[in-house]
Amino acid sequence: MNAPNKSGWKPAMEAAEEGGVRGPVTTTGNRALMLEEPLLFEIGHAETTGVDLPRIGEGKSPRLGGFERSDSIGLVGLTEPETVRHYTRLSRQNYGIDLGFFPLGSCTMKHNPRLNEKLARLPGFADIHPLAPQSSVQGALEVIDELATWLKTLTGMPAVAMSPKAGAHGELCGILAIRAAHTAAGNPREVVLVPESAHGTNPATAAFAGYKVDNIPATPEGRVDVEALKARLGPDVAAVMITNPNTCGLFEKDFRTIADAVHEVGGYVYCDGANFNAIVGRVRPGDLGVDAMHINLHKTFSTPHGGGGPGSGPVVFSEALAPFAPLPYVEKDASGELHIVEEENTDEEHQTFGRMTAFHGQMGMFTRALTYILSHGADGLKQVAEDAVLNANYILRSLEDILHAPFADSGPCMHEALFGDKDFGGGLSTLDLAKGLIDEGYHPMTVYFPLVVHGAMLVEPTETESKASIDQFITAFRSVTERALAGDESLKQAPYYAPRRRLDETAAARKPRLTWEAPEG
Amino acid sequence: MLAKVGASNIDDLFVDVPEVARLDGPIHDLPMHASEMAVERHMKRLAAKNLAAENTPFFLGAGAYRHHVPASVDTVIQRGEFLTAYTPYQPEIAQGTLQMLFEFQTQVARLYGCAVANASLYDGSTACWEAVAMATRVTKRKRAVLSGALHPHYAQVVKTMAQFTGDEIADSAPAIQTEPDLEGLTARIDDQTACVVVQYPDILGRISDLSKVAEAAHAKGALLVVVNTEPVALGAVKSPGEMGADIVVGEGQAIGVGLQFGGPYLGLFAVRDPKHVRQMPGRLCGETTDAEGKRGFVLTLSTREQHIRREKATSNICTNSGLCALAFSVHMTLLGEQGLRELAAENHRLACHAADRLEKVPGVRLLNRAFFNEFTLMLDGKPAREIVRDLADRGILGGVSLGRLYPGVKALEQALLVAVTETTTEDDIETLATELEALVKEPAQ
Repeated sequence: MNAPNKSGWKPAMEAAEEGGVRGPVTTTGNRALMLEEPLLFEIGHAETTGVDLPRIGEGKSPRLGGFERSDSIGLVGLTEPETVRHYTRLSRQNYGIDLGFFPLGSCTMKHNPRLNEKLARLPGFADIHPLAPQSSVQGALEVIDELATWLKTLTGMPAVAMSPKAGAHGELCGILAIRAAHTAAGNPREVVLVPESAHGTNPATAAFAGYKVDNIPATPEGRVDVEALKARLGPDVAAVMITNPNTCGLFEKDFRTIADAVHEVGGYVYCDGANFNAIVGRVRPGDLGVDAMHINLHKTFSTPHGGGGPGSGPVVFSEALAPFAPLPYVEKDASGELHIVEEENTDEEHQTFGRMTAFHGQMGMFTRALTYILSHGADGLKQVAEDAVLNANYILRSLEDILHAPFADSGPCMHEALFGDKDFGGGLSTLDLAKGLIDEGYHPMTVYFPLVVHGAMLVEPTETESKASIDQFITAFRSVTERALAGDESLKQAPYYAPRRRLDETAAARKPRLTWEAPEG
Repeated sequence: MLAKVGASNIDDLFVDVPEVARLDGPIHDLPMHASEMAVERHMKRLAAKNLAAENTPFFLGAGAYRHHVPASVDTVIQRGEFLTAYTPYQPEIAQGTLQMLFEFQTQVARLYGCAVANASLYDGSTACWEAVAMATRVTKRKRAVLSGALHPHYAQVVKTMAQFTGDEIADSAPAIQTEPDLEGLTARIDDQTACVVVQYPDILGRISDLSKVAEAAHAKGALLVVVNTEPVALGAVKSPGEMGADIVVGEGQAIGVGLQFGGPYLGLFAVRDPKHVRQMPGRLCGETTDAEGKRGFVLTLSTREQHIRREKATSNICTNSGLCALAFSVHMTLLGEQGLRELAAENHRLACHAADRLEKVPGVRLLNRAFFNEFTLMLDGKPAREIVRDLADRGILGGVSLGRLYPGVKALEQALLVAVTETTTEDDIETLATELEALVKEPAQ
């Protein structure tokens, strides 16, 4: 334990410490609290284990059919203290919301209340099997039903499919329901219209479902070009997929007009609900003519992002699409008992397009999201949207004098503020500014998305941040922006103070090393 | 703040919302905010209505397994730096997540006997579909042959997705027999087959000789996709890669993640031949160096992914199961090779003991010759689905009936799947045997 980190990398201590006194090169490569950590496979051993299993007795001869695994698997173990230390050290090389401001646009990095974590771990939720007899899991079905009621009421939609595992899975659920509805009507149609500013998942989803994707241009003010969209509508159009509020951070004012026009040609309206946090409790998408919308519980309703997942993406449906919702779903029978519908059952109200996942969806996320929702209530959720929007506008108006804000004149922004890299000096880019922010102690905003703005920077503060926190961020952002405008060369090498300097992504892709292999010799 | 943004009140910031969609106050018919204590009380009341596995003799499996999770796993995954991080798009400040994923990929690849694993997918069933989709890309064929003994929910996910991609899926229900019908399966492989999909151990708990299927598939230019829903088994039985599988996918929930009523779970995905890497779905973490020459990790080969390729992506997947991958990896690190082998041996030993004991119950027959920690019992009398409900009324979660998994299939309704893990006690087994004896004797209604 605590062995010097010998292999694989050579710690170098020549980081730029301009003006400071450089300390001695350490033997270990560590620098006080900044501890390097080798790979598990460099410190573990096949025969080391950190678990203590009870051994009840020797078994008789195995009944594995003669397929006993005799080769070395190649796994290694650590003792419990070594394990805890390994992962604790790794964790300290990560930035998280718990550490500081994380204004990653479109990703909604808000505080994850720990009550959510505590309640999701109650054995009555965490230690129940998805195929347990339904009489033994009525409380779990109530959680699903109660969350479903909230989601339907908050969106003003009559039905919800709870099983999709994440946002993109929810999009797929929505588009598959749309395709099933068209197919039931005799013709699946050919085209899905997607604005240029859409998340990459939108065109990927539509293409997966067998649709041709046509892009719809944006107006100079950053919204869907309604006339261009109307001109493209016809009997071949299955659906439009629109994010609202959109990825430029603006509310699509003409959404209702668009929805009516799409409905007129028999198409459906899919709303990407990734940005629902900007309007939750204030606007019901059902009132805007939406037919299907996924809700990222890990964005709007505070379930943790966990370094890339798990997510959860329930989809609300209009009357027209509700019959096509996927299996399984929870229904209340006449006696008020909840039960899971797992079997295909074809009639007017049930024409399911099938099953998207083995079980009922992300139960662990449902308990967390419901906890957040109950804590906030209808009044608190409305304030969530208002605070998020106020914070974003405050950032927009505090930086627009120094940074190019292409849609600053398009009215108030919603939950995120969008900037571009115009006027940066010395060949500096958005990436350089982002890396400079890392040295200032911030996680950068989303960069180079949406694609409609050159060198896009999408800043989403969420409702979590206080005015003091935002003011401090603005000060830091302004100083790095000034350096970028002035063409400060040193930004090209940033970050200087992170656990790693810039990483060579080109080399990683050219000759991929995706698993550890013992060094030769 | 309002002054700075030029608004007189908060409503001014929502002027772009059309009149028809403006609300005059909080949405009606919904409760207002509640205190931490009140919310806790409400949620605990709901949790108490469920019968937790820890409080009862428990024998459920069929794709989700209950194992002991060491306390330090949950401690590690609750560290805020892991819990509240995002996808590692800024690698300089996400080396913790990235190095963990690199280690996880290595652990999964080795467990599966493969060259490369990805950084996780949603769950085993969606990973199974992604494997079929990948096989159609690699072979440029559109037909997939599913073993009848593939988990029926996995088969349904594949069939659901295939309706939309136009792929042809050939499947069947499992035949109740001691050995899997590999001849019948391989006979269905033809020159148009992209892949054959086999579960290992299968839905009835049986263990197939995958090398025979691999040989037959490869002879026709098809790929072998192997699905594993119980990773602990691979501490005891040969790896799918070793037996010739081209793509190995599975559910990783059994290690570190817990039951959680079906999610979030952990989709595992690996390929035996590194040349297939660029056709894989999902995120991949790779090794590289930083500007000072230090080793570091990044997400790589993202030109396959939707955020770059949009409508030409290999999959629409965006989010993965990062935190579940961490739980899996921490648990696997605690186990190590020796611990995993011991855990697997203990599961198998207890399962053999349970099979022997339950087979002695009059009216109960053990179907399997070979199994790992789950086997199929054929029950006389009432359908197994009713017996499972009766057992639940007596406080015993006695297994998964095939009647629930295959509704309406008469030939399967007497079958009960029983899973036994290291958390099962000999007393639990005795209780199940006693109650089963009473129930199987009851005449069918």
